[in-house]
Amino acid sequence: MIEFKLPSLGADMDEGMLVAWLVAPGDIVERGQVIAEVETDKGIIEVECWENGYVDQLLLKPSSTKLSVGTPIAVLRTTAEPTLAGRPDAPGAEVIAGPSGPRDTVGVVEEVEADVAPAVSPPIRHLAHELGVDLDGLEPTGDGGQVTRDDVRRASVPISVPDARPRATPRARRSAAARAIDLGSVTPSRRDGLIVEDDLPGAATRRVVAPADDQDPGRAMRRAIARSMERSKREIPHYYLGMQIDLDEAMRWLVETNEDRSLTKRILPAALLLRAVTIALHEVPDLNGHWIDGSFKPSHVVHLGVAVSLRTGGLVAPAILNADGLDLEGIMVSLSDLVARARSGRLRSSEMSEATVTVTSLGDRGVDTVFPIIVPPQVAMVGFGKIAERPVVVEGSIVAHTVVSASLTADHRVTDGHGGGLFLLAVDRLLQEPQNL
Amino acid sequence: MTTDEAKTIIFDVLSRVAPEISPDEVEHDIDLSEQLDLDSMDYLNWLIGISEVTGIDIPQRDASHFLTIDGAATYLVR
Repeated sequence: MIEFKLPSLGADMDEGMLVAWLVAPGDIVERGQVIAEVETDKGIIEVECWENGYVDQLLLKPSSTKLSVGTPIAVLRTTAEPTLAGRPDAPGAEVIAGPSGPRDTVGVVEEVEADVAPAVSPPIRHLAHELGVDLDGLEPTGDGGQVTRDDVRRASVPISVPDARPRATPRARRSAAARAIDLGSVTPSRRDGLIVEDDLPGAATRRVVAPADDQDPGRAMRRAIARSMERSKREIPHYYLGMQIDLDEAMRWLVETNEDRSLTKRILPAALLLRAVTIALHEVPDLNGHWIDGSFKPSHVVHLGVAVSLRTGGLVAPAILNADGLDLEGIMVSLSDLVARARSGRLRSSEMSEATVTVTSLGDRGVDTVFPIIVPPQVAMVGFGKIAERPVVVEGSIVAHTVVSASLTADHRVTDGHGGGLFLLAVDRLLQEPQNL
Repeated sequence: MTTDEAKTIIFDVLSRVAPEISPDEVEHDIDLSEQLDLDSMDYLNWLIGISEVTGIDIPQRDASHFLTIDGAATYLVR
Protein backbone atom coordinates (compact mmCIF):
# COMPACT_ATOMS: atom_id res chain seq x y z
CA MET A 1 0.00 0.00 0.00
CA ILE A 2 1.30 3.43 -0.88
CA GLU A 3 -0.08 6.49 0.82
CA PHE A 4 -0.17 9.18 -1.83
CA LYS A 5 0.41 12.54 -0.20
CA LEU A 6 -0.13 16.00 -1.60
CA PRO A 7 3.29 16.63 -3.18
CA SER A 8 5.36 19.79 -2.99
CA LEU A 9 3.86 22.47 -5.19
CA GLY A 10 6.94 24.67 -5.28
CA ALA A 11 9.32 26.11 -2.72
CA ASP A 12 6.99 28.89 -1.65
CA MET A 13 3.82 26.81 -1.65
CA ASP A 14 2.80 24.82 1.39
CA GLU A 15 -0.91 24.31 0.82
CA GLY A 16 -3.52 23.84 -1.87
CA MET A 17 -7.21 23.01 -2.41
CA LEU A 18 -8.12 19.71 -4.05
CA VAL A 19 -10.20 20.83 -7.04
CA ALA A 20 -10.71 17.61 -9.01
CA TRP A 21 -9.77 13.97 -9.25
CA LEU A 22 -8.81 12.77 -12.74
CA VAL A 23 -8.72 9.10 -11.71
CA ALA A 24 -11.11 6.79 -9.90
CA PRO A 25 -10.58 3.76 -7.66
CA GLY A 26 -9.52 0.80 -9.76
CA ASP A 27 -7.77 2.94 -12.38
CA ILE A 28 -4.27 1.96 -13.38
CA VAL A 29 -1.85 4.86 -12.98
CA GLU A 30 1.62 5.37 -14.32
CA ARG A 31 4.49 7.38 -13.01
CA GLY A 32 4.13 10.96 -14.28
CA GLN A 33 0.40 10.67 -14.98
CA VAL A 34 -1.71 13.63 -13.85
CA ILE A 35 -4.18 12.27 -11.30
CA ALA A 36 -5.59 15.36 -9.57
CA GLU A 37 -5.86 19.12 -9.78
CA VAL A 38 -5.00 21.36 -6.89
CA GLU A 39 -5.57 25.08 -6.70
CA THR A 40 -2.76 27.10 -5.18
CA ASP A 41 -1.83 30.74 -4.82
CA LYS A 42 -0.20 30.39 -8.23
CA GLY A 43 -3.12 28.87 -10.11
CA ILE A 44 -4.26 25.32 -10.78
CA ILE A 45 -1.46 22.79 -10.45
CA GLU A 46 -1.80 19.35 -11.99
CA VAL A 47 -0.64 16.75 -9.48
CA GLU A 48 1.32 13.86 -10.93
CA CYS A 49 1.63 10.34 -9.66
CA TRP A 50 5.13 9.15 -8.82
CA GLU A 51 4.49 5.40 -8.82
CA ASN A 52 3.23 2.77 -11.20
CA GLY A 53 0.26 0.93 -9.80
CA TYR A 54 -3.42 1.48 -9.42
CA VAL A 55 -5.76 3.58 -7.34
CA ASP A 56 -7.17 1.79 -4.31
CA GLN A 57 -8.97 4.63 -2.54
CA LEU A 58 -9.42 8.35 -2.91
CA LEU A 59 -9.21 9.61 0.67
CA LEU A 60 -10.53 13.11 0.12
CA LYS A 61 -13.15 14.71 -2.06
CA PRO A 62 -12.63 18.00 -3.86
CA SER A 63 -13.53 20.87 -1.53
CA SER A 64 -12.56 24.40 -0.65
CA THR A 65 -10.59 23.19 2.38
CA LYS A 66 -6.92 24.09 2.21
CA LEU A 67 -4.67 21.04 2.52
CA SER A 68 -1.07 21.14 3.65
CA VAL A 69 1.62 19.62 1.48
CA GLY A 70 2.10 16.07 2.80
CA THR A 71 -1.57 15.42 3.53
CA PRO A 72 -2.49 11.86 2.45
CA ILE A 73 -5.05 12.17 -0.36
CA ALA A 74 -5.17 8.70 -1.89
CA VAL A 75 -4.09 5.12 -1.39
CA LEU A 76 -2.28 3.48 -4.29
CA ARG A 77 -1.21 -0.11 -4.66
CA THR A 78 1.48 -1.63 -6.78
CA THR A 79 0.13 -4.28 -9.12
CA ALA A 80 1.67 -7.09 -7.05
CA GLU A 81 -0.27 -6.24 -3.91
CA PRO A 82 -3.66 -7.66 -2.94
CA THR A 83 -6.58 -5.35 -3.46
CA LEU A 84 -9.06 -3.68 -1.16
CA ALA A 85 -11.45 -1.97 -3.52
CA GLY A 86 -11.19 -4.58 -6.24
CA ARG A 87 -9.29 -4.19 -9.42
CA PRO A 88 -11.56 -4.56 -12.46
CA ASP A 89 -9.01 -6.32 -14.65
CA ALA A 90 -7.47 -8.51 -11.96
CA PRO A 91 -7.47 -12.22 -12.76
CA GLY A 92 -10.64 -13.83 -11.52
CA ALA A 93 -12.32 -10.51 -10.88
CA GLU A 94 -14.95 -11.00 -13.59
CA VAL A 95 -17.85 -8.63 -13.52
CA ILE A 96 -19.57 -9.32 -10.23
CA ALA A 97 -22.85 -7.52 -9.83
CA GLY A 98 -22.77 -7.55 -6.08
CA PRO A 99 -22.12 -5.19 -3.21
CA SER A 100 -18.53 -6.35 -2.84
CA GLY A 101 -17.55 -6.45 -6.51
CA PRO A 102 -16.41 -3.82 -8.96
CA ARG A 103 -19.91 -2.28 -8.98
CA ASP A 104 -19.03 -0.84 -5.61
CA THR A 105 -16.12 0.92 -7.17
CA VAL A 106 -18.38 2.40 -9.81
CA GLY A 107 -20.60 3.82 -7.09
CA VAL A 108 -17.65 5.55 -5.50
CA VAL A 109 -16.58 6.94 -8.84
CA GLU A 110 -19.95 8.47 -9.50
CA GLU A 111 -20.07 10.11 -6.14
CA VAL A 112 -16.65 11.60 -6.57
CA GLU A 113 -17.39 12.82 -10.06
CA ALA A 114 -20.58 14.50 -8.97
CA ASP A 115 -18.52 16.56 -6.61
CA VAL A 116 -15.85 17.62 -9.07
CA ALA A 117 -15.64 21.38 -9.34
CA PRO A 118 -15.22 22.97 -12.76
CA ALA A 119 -11.71 24.04 -13.80
CA VAL A 120 -11.27 27.74 -13.16
CA SER A 121 -8.25 29.90 -13.94
CA PRO A 122 -7.29 32.53 -11.36
CA PRO A 123 -8.38 35.53 -13.54
CA ILE A 124 -11.81 33.96 -14.02
CA ARG A 125 -12.01 33.20 -10.31
CA HIS A 126 -11.23 36.84 -9.67
CA LEU A 127 -14.04 37.94 -12.00
CA ALA A 128 -16.43 35.54 -10.28
CA HIS A 129 -15.45 36.99 -6.94
CA GLU A 130 -16.08 40.51 -8.22
CA LEU A 131 -19.48 39.61 -9.60
CA GLY A 132 -20.40 37.58 -6.53
CA VAL A 133 -20.78 34.38 -8.54
CA ASP A 134 -20.38 31.06 -6.76
CA LEU A 135 -18.26 28.83 -9.01
CA ASP A 136 -19.60 25.55 -7.61
CA GLY A 137 -22.24 24.12 -9.88
CA LEU A 138 -21.43 26.52 -12.70
CA GLU A 139 -21.60 24.74 -16.05
CA PRO A 140 -18.36 25.33 -17.96
CA THR A 141 -18.55 25.75 -21.75
CA GLY A 142 -14.85 26.30 -22.47
CA ASP A 143 -12.35 23.84 -23.94
CA GLY A 144 -11.61 20.90 -21.65
CA GLY A 145 -14.23 21.90 -19.10
CA GLN A 146 -12.73 25.34 -18.47
CA VAL A 147 -15.02 27.98 -17.05
CA THR A 148 -15.04 31.01 -19.36
CA ARG A 149 -15.73 34.69 -18.67
CA ASP A 150 -19.11 34.30 -20.34
CA ASP A 151 -20.04 31.42 -18.05
CA VAL A 152 -19.36 33.63 -15.05
CA ARG A 153 -21.20 36.63 -16.51
CA ARG A 154 -24.21 34.46 -17.35
CA ALA A 155 -24.26 33.10 -13.81
CA SER A 156 -24.15 36.62 -12.35
CA VAL A 157 -27.66 37.17 -13.72
CA PRO A 158 -30.17 35.64 -11.28
CA ILE A 159 -31.98 32.76 -12.93
CA SER A 160 -35.62 32.19 -12.17
CA VAL A 161 -36.66 28.56 -12.08
CA PRO A 162 -40.27 28.02 -13.02
CA ASP A 163 -39.59 24.29 -13.34
CA ALA A 164 -41.56 22.03 -11.02
CA ARG A 165 -38.41 20.01 -10.28
CA PRO A 166 -36.15 22.07 -8.05
CA ARG A 167 -32.56 22.47 -9.27
CA ALA A 168 -30.17 20.66 -6.99
CA THR A 169 -26.73 19.11 -7.13
CA PRO A 170 -26.73 15.32 -7.66
CA ARG A 171 -25.30 14.95 -4.17
CA ALA A 172 -28.05 17.05 -2.58
CA ARG A 173 -30.65 15.12 -4.59
CA ARG A 174 -29.31 11.75 -3.40
CA SER A 175 -29.04 12.93 0.18
CA ALA A 176 -32.59 14.33 0.11
CA ALA A 177 -33.95 11.10 -1.38
CA ALA A 178 -32.18 9.02 1.25
CA ARG A 179 -33.66 11.10 4.05
CA ALA A 180 -37.09 11.53 2.38
CA ILE A 181 -36.77 15.31 2.23
CA ASP A 182 -38.90 17.17 -0.34
CA LEU A 183 -36.50 19.36 -2.28
CA GLY A 184 -39.40 21.73 -3.06
CA SER A 185 -39.51 22.67 0.61
CA VAL A 186 -35.79 23.53 0.78
CA THR A 187 -34.70 27.15 0.48
CA PRO A 188 -31.50 27.42 -1.53
CA SER A 189 -28.76 29.59 -0.06
CA ARG A 190 -27.15 30.32 -3.41
CA ARG A 191 -28.28 33.25 -5.52
CA ASP A 192 -28.69 31.05 -8.61
CA GLY A 193 -31.25 28.91 -6.79
CA LEU A 194 -29.26 25.67 -6.96
CA ILE A 195 -29.84 23.54 -3.87
CA VAL A 196 -26.65 22.13 -2.38
CA GLU A 197 -26.36 19.47 0.30
CA ASP A 198 -25.73 22.03 3.02
CA ASP A 199 -29.16 23.58 2.36
CA LEU A 200 -30.94 20.42 3.50
CA PRO A 201 -32.46 20.53 7.00
CA GLY A 202 -30.02 19.34 9.62
CA ALA A 203 -27.02 19.60 7.37
CA ALA A 204 -23.93 20.44 9.37
CA THR A 205 -22.61 23.88 8.59
CA ARG A 206 -19.09 22.82 7.88
CA ARG A 207 -18.46 25.09 4.93
CA VAL A 208 -15.05 26.65 5.14
CA VAL A 209 -15.22 30.40 4.87
CA ALA A 210 -11.92 31.66 3.53
CA PRO A 211 -10.86 35.19 4.42
CA ALA A 212 -11.58 37.70 1.66
CA ASP A 213 -7.88 38.00 0.99
CA ASP A 214 -7.67 34.35 -0.06
CA GLN A 215 -10.18 34.85 -2.83
CA ASP A 216 -8.11 37.48 -4.57
CA PRO A 217 -5.58 35.51 -6.61
CA GLY A 218 -3.40 38.58 -7.10
CA ARG A 219 -2.93 39.15 -3.40
CA ALA A 220 -2.53 35.47 -2.61
CA MET A 221 0.22 35.20 -5.21
CA ARG A 222 1.89 38.33 -3.88
CA ARG A 223 2.00 36.70 -0.45
CA ALA A 224 3.52 33.52 -1.92
CA ILE A 225 6.22 35.56 -3.66
CA ALA A 226 6.82 37.55 -0.47
CA ARG A 227 7.39 34.35 1.53
CA SER A 228 9.84 32.96 -0.98
CA MET A 229 11.79 36.18 -1.51
CA GLU A 230 11.99 36.95 2.22
CA ARG A 231 13.45 33.52 2.77
CA SER A 232 15.87 34.01 -0.11
CA LYS A 233 17.20 37.36 1.13
CA ARG A 234 17.30 36.14 4.72
CA GLU A 235 19.16 32.89 4.07
CA ILE A 236 21.12 33.20 0.83
CA PRO A 237 24.30 35.31 0.58
CA HIS A 238 23.80 36.50 -3.00
CA TYR A 239 26.54 37.72 -5.30
CA TYR A 240 25.87 39.38 -8.65
CA LEU A 241 27.75 39.36 -11.96
CA GLY A 242 26.93 40.88 -15.30
CA MET A 243 28.29 41.13 -18.82
CA GLN A 244 27.18 42.38 -22.22
CA ILE A 245 26.96 39.60 -24.78
CA ASP A 246 27.18 40.35 -28.49
CA LEU A 247 24.24 38.67 -30.23
CA ASP A 248 24.89 40.00 -33.72
CA GLU A 249 25.88 36.64 -35.16
CA ALA A 250 23.20 34.76 -33.19
CA MET A 251 20.39 37.05 -34.36
CA ARG A 252 21.57 36.95 -37.97
CA TRP A 253 21.60 33.16 -37.82
CA LEU A 254 18.16 33.12 -36.21
CA VAL A 255 16.60 35.36 -38.88
CA GLU A 256 18.10 33.18 -41.62
CA THR A 257 16.97 29.98 -39.92
CA ASN A 258 13.43 31.25 -39.36
CA GLU A 259 13.09 32.52 -42.93
CA ASP A 260 12.46 29.00 -44.25
CA ARG A 261 10.46 27.79 -41.29
CA SER A 262 6.72 27.64 -40.83
CA LEU A 263 5.28 29.58 -37.89
CA THR A 264 5.08 26.54 -35.66
CA LYS A 265 8.78 25.77 -36.18
CA ARG A 266 9.97 29.33 -35.63
CA ILE A 267 12.58 29.80 -32.93
CA LEU A 268 12.60 32.80 -30.62
CA PRO A 269 15.78 34.39 -29.21
CA ALA A 270 14.66 33.29 -25.73
CA ALA A 271 15.04 29.62 -26.74
CA LEU A 272 18.58 30.32 -27.96
CA LEU A 273 19.48 31.92 -24.62
CA LEU A 274 17.96 29.03 -22.63
CA ARG A 275 19.84 26.48 -24.72
CA ALA A 276 23.15 28.30 -24.17
CA VAL A 277 22.49 28.44 -20.41
CA THR A 278 21.72 24.72 -20.28
CA ILE A 279 24.98 23.78 -22.00
CA ALA A 280 27.02 26.26 -19.93
CA LEU A 281 25.64 24.73 -16.72
CA HIS A 282 27.45 21.51 -17.58
CA GLU A 283 30.70 23.47 -17.53
CA VAL A 284 29.94 25.02 -14.12
CA PRO A 285 27.74 22.35 -12.48
CA ASP A 286 27.86 23.97 -9.04
CA LEU A 287 25.23 26.47 -10.18
CA ASN A 288 22.74 23.66 -10.82
CA GLY A 289 21.12 22.04 -7.80
CA HIS A 290 19.68 22.77 -4.38
CA TRP A 291 20.91 23.94 -0.97
CA ILE A 292 19.27 21.56 1.48
CA ASP A 293 19.95 21.16 5.20
CA GLY A 294 23.17 23.09 5.19
CA SER A 295 24.82 21.62 2.15
CA PHE A 296 24.74 21.79 -1.63
CA LYS A 297 23.11 18.89 -3.45
CA PRO A 298 24.12 19.13 -7.11
CA SER A 299 21.67 17.92 -9.72
CA HIS A 300 22.82 15.68 -12.55
CA VAL A 301 20.04 16.89 -14.80
CA VAL A 302 18.97 20.44 -15.62
CA HIS A 303 15.37 21.28 -14.79
CA LEU A 304 15.40 24.78 -16.19
CA GLY A 305 13.03 27.13 -14.37
CA VAL A 306 11.65 29.92 -16.55
CA ALA A 307 10.18 33.01 -14.92
CA VAL A 308 6.87 33.88 -16.56
CA SER A 309 5.37 37.21 -15.61
CA LEU A 310 1.58 37.05 -15.32
CA ARG A 311 -0.46 39.99 -16.52
CA THR A 312 -2.87 39.47 -13.66
CA GLY A 313 0.01 40.25 -11.33
CA GLY A 314 2.87 38.24 -9.94
CA LEU A 315 4.87 35.55 -11.67
CA VAL A 316 5.44 31.82 -11.80
CA ALA A 317 8.69 30.02 -12.57
CA PRO A 318 7.85 26.50 -13.77
CA ALA A 319 10.61 24.27 -15.09
CA ILE A 320 11.39 22.79 -18.47
CA LEU A 321 12.12 19.31 -17.11
CA ASN A 322 15.29 17.58 -18.33
CA ALA A 323 16.20 20.60 -20.44
CA ASP A 324 19.68 19.18 -21.02
CA GLY A 325 18.12 16.32 -22.97
CA LEU A 326 16.51 18.73 -25.43
CA ASP A 327 17.99 20.34 -28.52
CA LEU A 328 17.21 23.93 -29.52
CA GLU A 329 13.93 22.98 -31.16
CA GLY A 330 12.96 20.87 -28.17
CA ILE A 331 13.61 23.80 -25.84
CA MET A 332 11.48 26.04 -28.06
CA VAL A 333 8.56 23.57 -28.10
CA SER A 334 8.75 23.12 -24.32
CA LEU A 335 8.98 26.86 -23.69
CA SER A 336 5.97 27.56 -25.88
CA ASP A 337 3.94 24.89 -24.09
CA LEU A 338 5.08 26.02 -20.64
CA VAL A 339 4.23 29.70 -21.21
CA ALA A 340 0.80 28.85 -22.62
CA ARG A 341 0.01 26.63 -19.62
CA ALA A 342 1.37 29.19 -17.15
CA ARG A 343 -1.06 31.71 -18.66
CA SER A 344 -4.03 29.37 -18.45
CA GLY A 345 -3.09 28.08 -14.99
CA ARG A 346 -2.37 24.46 -15.98
CA LEU A 347 1.09 23.68 -14.62
CA ARG A 348 2.16 20.34 -13.16
CA SER A 349 3.41 19.72 -9.65
CA SER A 350 6.79 18.47 -10.87
CA GLU A 351 7.26 21.59 -12.99
CA MET A 352 6.53 23.76 -9.98
CA SER A 353 8.82 22.00 -7.54
CA GLU A 354 11.81 20.56 -9.37
CA ALA A 355 13.61 23.49 -11.01
CA THR A 356 17.35 23.20 -10.39
CA VAL A 357 18.14 26.71 -11.68
CA THR A 358 15.98 29.53 -13.04
CA VAL A 359 16.27 31.98 -15.93
CA THR A 360 14.46 35.29 -16.12
CA SER A 361 14.32 37.19 -19.35
CA LEU A 362 12.90 40.66 -18.90
CA GLY A 363 13.89 41.62 -22.42
CA ASP A 364 10.33 41.86 -23.61
CA ARG A 365 9.60 44.37 -20.86
CA GLY A 366 12.22 46.72 -22.20
CA VAL A 367 14.76 46.97 -19.39
CA ASP A 368 18.45 46.55 -20.15
CA THR A 369 19.56 44.63 -17.09
CA VAL A 370 17.96 42.45 -14.43
CA PHE A 371 19.52 41.57 -11.06
CA PRO A 372 17.67 38.38 -10.10
CA ILE A 373 16.94 37.07 -6.61
CA ILE A 374 17.52 33.35 -6.21
CA VAL A 375 14.47 31.10 -5.74
CA PRO A 376 15.24 28.87 -2.72
CA PRO A 377 16.39 26.13 -2.47
CA GLN A 378 18.10 26.80 -5.80
CA VAL A 379 21.56 28.34 -5.78
CA ALA A 380 21.62 30.48 -8.92
CA MET A 381 19.49 32.53 -11.24
CA VAL A 382 20.38 33.82 -14.69
CA GLY A 383 18.95 37.03 -16.10
CA PHE A 384 18.72 38.49 -19.60
CA GLY A 385 17.68 42.06 -20.37
CA LYS A 386 16.41 43.64 -23.54
CA ILE A 387 17.94 42.50 -26.82
CA ALA A 388 18.82 45.77 -28.55
CA GLU A 389 21.27 47.52 -30.84
CA ARG A 390 24.06 49.23 -28.93
CA PRO A 391 27.40 50.78 -29.87
CA VAL A 392 30.25 48.28 -29.52
CA VAL A 393 33.92 48.49 -30.40
CA VAL A 394 35.03 46.03 -33.08
CA GLU A 395 38.66 46.19 -34.23
CA GLY A 396 39.01 49.77 -33.04
CA SER A 397 35.81 51.09 -34.61
CA ILE A 398 32.49 51.87 -32.99
CA VAL A 399 29.72 49.94 -34.71
CA ALA A 400 26.09 49.10 -33.93
CA HIS A 401 25.59 45.48 -32.84
CA THR A 402 22.69 43.57 -31.35
CA VAL A 403 23.58 42.84 -27.74
CA VAL A 404 22.01 41.55 -24.53
CA SER A 405 22.97 42.18 -20.94
CA ALA A 406 23.38 38.82 -19.18
CA SER A 407 23.52 38.58 -15.42
CA LEU A 408 24.08 35.86 -12.88
CA THR A 409 23.04 35.87 -9.26
CA ALA A 410 24.49 32.99 -7.30
CA ASP A 411 24.73 31.63 -3.77
CA HIS A 412 28.12 32.45 -2.23
CA ARG A 413 27.87 29.40 0.03
CA VAL A 414 28.25 27.24 -3.08
CA THR A 415 30.22 29.20 -5.68
CA ASP A 416 32.49 32.23 -5.90
CA GLY A 417 32.64 35.07 -8.42
CA HIS A 418 35.31 33.20 -10.35
CA GLY A 419 33.10 30.19 -11.07
CA GLY A 420 30.14 32.43 -11.80
CA GLY A 421 32.27 34.42 -14.21
CA LEU A 422 33.31 31.25 -16.05
CA PHE A 423 29.65 30.44 -16.48
CA LEU A 424 28.77 33.79 -18.09
CA LEU A 425 31.85 33.53 -20.34
CA ALA A 426 30.66 30.09 -21.44
CA VAL A 427 27.20 31.46 -22.27
CA ASP A 428 28.88 34.23 -24.30
CA ARG A 429 31.13 31.77 -26.15
CA LEU A 430 28.24 29.43 -26.98
CA LEU A 431 26.10 32.25 -28.35
CA GLN A 432 28.87 33.21 -30.78
CA GLU A 433 28.36 29.86 -32.53
CA PRO A 434 24.57 29.63 -32.70
CA GLN A 435 24.66 26.92 -35.38
CA ASN A 436 26.12 24.55 -32.78
CA LEU A 437 23.39 25.15 -30.22
CA MET B 1 -13.45 36.53 -45.24
CA THR B 2 -14.88 39.87 -44.09
CA THR B 3 -13.11 42.21 -41.67
CA ASP B 4 -15.61 41.29 -38.96
CA GLU B 5 -15.00 37.56 -39.48
CA ALA B 6 -11.26 38.14 -39.37
CA LYS B 7 -11.56 40.09 -36.12
CA THR B 8 -13.70 37.37 -34.58
CA ILE B 9 -10.94 34.86 -35.29
CA ILE B 10 -8.25 37.27 -34.11
CA PHE B 11 -9.97 37.82 -30.78
CA ASP B 12 -10.87 34.18 -30.41
CA VAL B 13 -7.23 33.20 -30.63
CA LEU B 14 -6.18 36.13 -28.45
CA SER B 15 -8.49 34.98 -25.67
CA ARG B 16 -6.83 31.56 -25.77
CA VAL B 17 -3.30 32.98 -25.66
CA ALA B 18 -4.13 35.63 -23.06
CA PRO B 19 -7.25 34.39 -21.24
CA GLU B 20 -7.15 37.23 -18.72
CA ILE B 21 -7.65 39.91 -21.37
CA SER B 22 -11.13 41.22 -22.05
CA PRO B 23 -11.69 42.02 -25.76
CA ASP B 24 -13.51 45.28 -24.95
CA GLU B 25 -10.31 46.65 -23.45
CA VAL B 26 -8.31 46.24 -26.66
CA GLU B 27 -7.70 49.24 -28.96
CA HIS B 28 -7.70 48.05 -32.57
CA ASP B 29 -5.18 50.54 -33.94
CA ILE B 30 -2.51 50.47 -31.24
CA ASP B 31 0.46 48.09 -30.99
CA LEU B 32 -0.99 44.92 -29.51
CA SER B 33 2.06 43.60 -27.62
CA GLU B 34 2.62 46.97 -26.04
CA GLN B 35 -0.92 47.67 -24.88
CA LEU B 36 -1.56 44.13 -23.65
CA ASP B 37 1.93 43.43 -22.33
CA LEU B 38 2.28 40.33 -24.55
CA ASP B 39 5.70 38.76 -24.54
CA SER B 40 7.34 37.31 -27.64
CA MET B 41 6.08 33.82 -26.83
CA ASP B 42 2.45 34.97 -26.42
CA TYR B 43 2.75 36.92 -29.65
CA LEU B 44 4.11 33.92 -31.57
CA ASN B 45 1.40 31.68 -30.08
CA TRP B 46 -1.17 34.24 -31.27
CA LEU B 47 0.23 34.19 -34.84
CA ILE B 48 0.34 30.38 -34.83
CA GLY B 49 -3.28 30.23 -33.62
CA ILE B 50 -4.49 32.61 -36.32
CA SER B 51 -2.59 30.69 -38.97
CA GLU B 52 -4.06 27.38 -37.79
CA VAL B 53 -7.65 28.64 -37.76
CA THR B 54 -7.50 30.48 -41.10
CA GLY B 55 -5.08 28.19 -42.92
CA ILE B 56 -3.19 31.31 -43.98
CA ASP B 57 0.59 31.05 -43.65
CA ILE B 58 2.24 34.09 -42.11
CA PRO B 59 5.90 34.23 -43.20
CA GLN B 60 8.41 35.99 -40.94
CA ARG B 61 8.67 38.98 -43.29
CA ASP B 62 4.92 39.62 -42.97
CA ALA B 63 4.89 39.63 -39.18
CA SER B 64 4.98 43.45 -39.25
CA HIS B 65 1.36 43.40 -40.53
CA PHE B 66 0.33 41.85 -37.23
CA LEU B 67 1.33 44.63 -34.89
CA THR B 68 -2.27 45.82 -34.44
CA ILE B 69 -5.72 44.20 -34.60
CA ASP B 70 -6.62 46.38 -37.61
CA GLY B 71 -3.37 45.48 -39.40
CA ALA B 72 -3.93 41.77 -38.78
CA ALA B 73 -7.54 41.95 -40.00
CA THR B 74 -6.51 43.78 -43.18
CA TYR B 75 -3.84 41.14 -43.87
CA LEU B 76 -6.25 38.24 -43.39
CA VAL B 77 -9.01 39.78 -45.54
CA ARG B 78 -6.87 40.57 -48.56
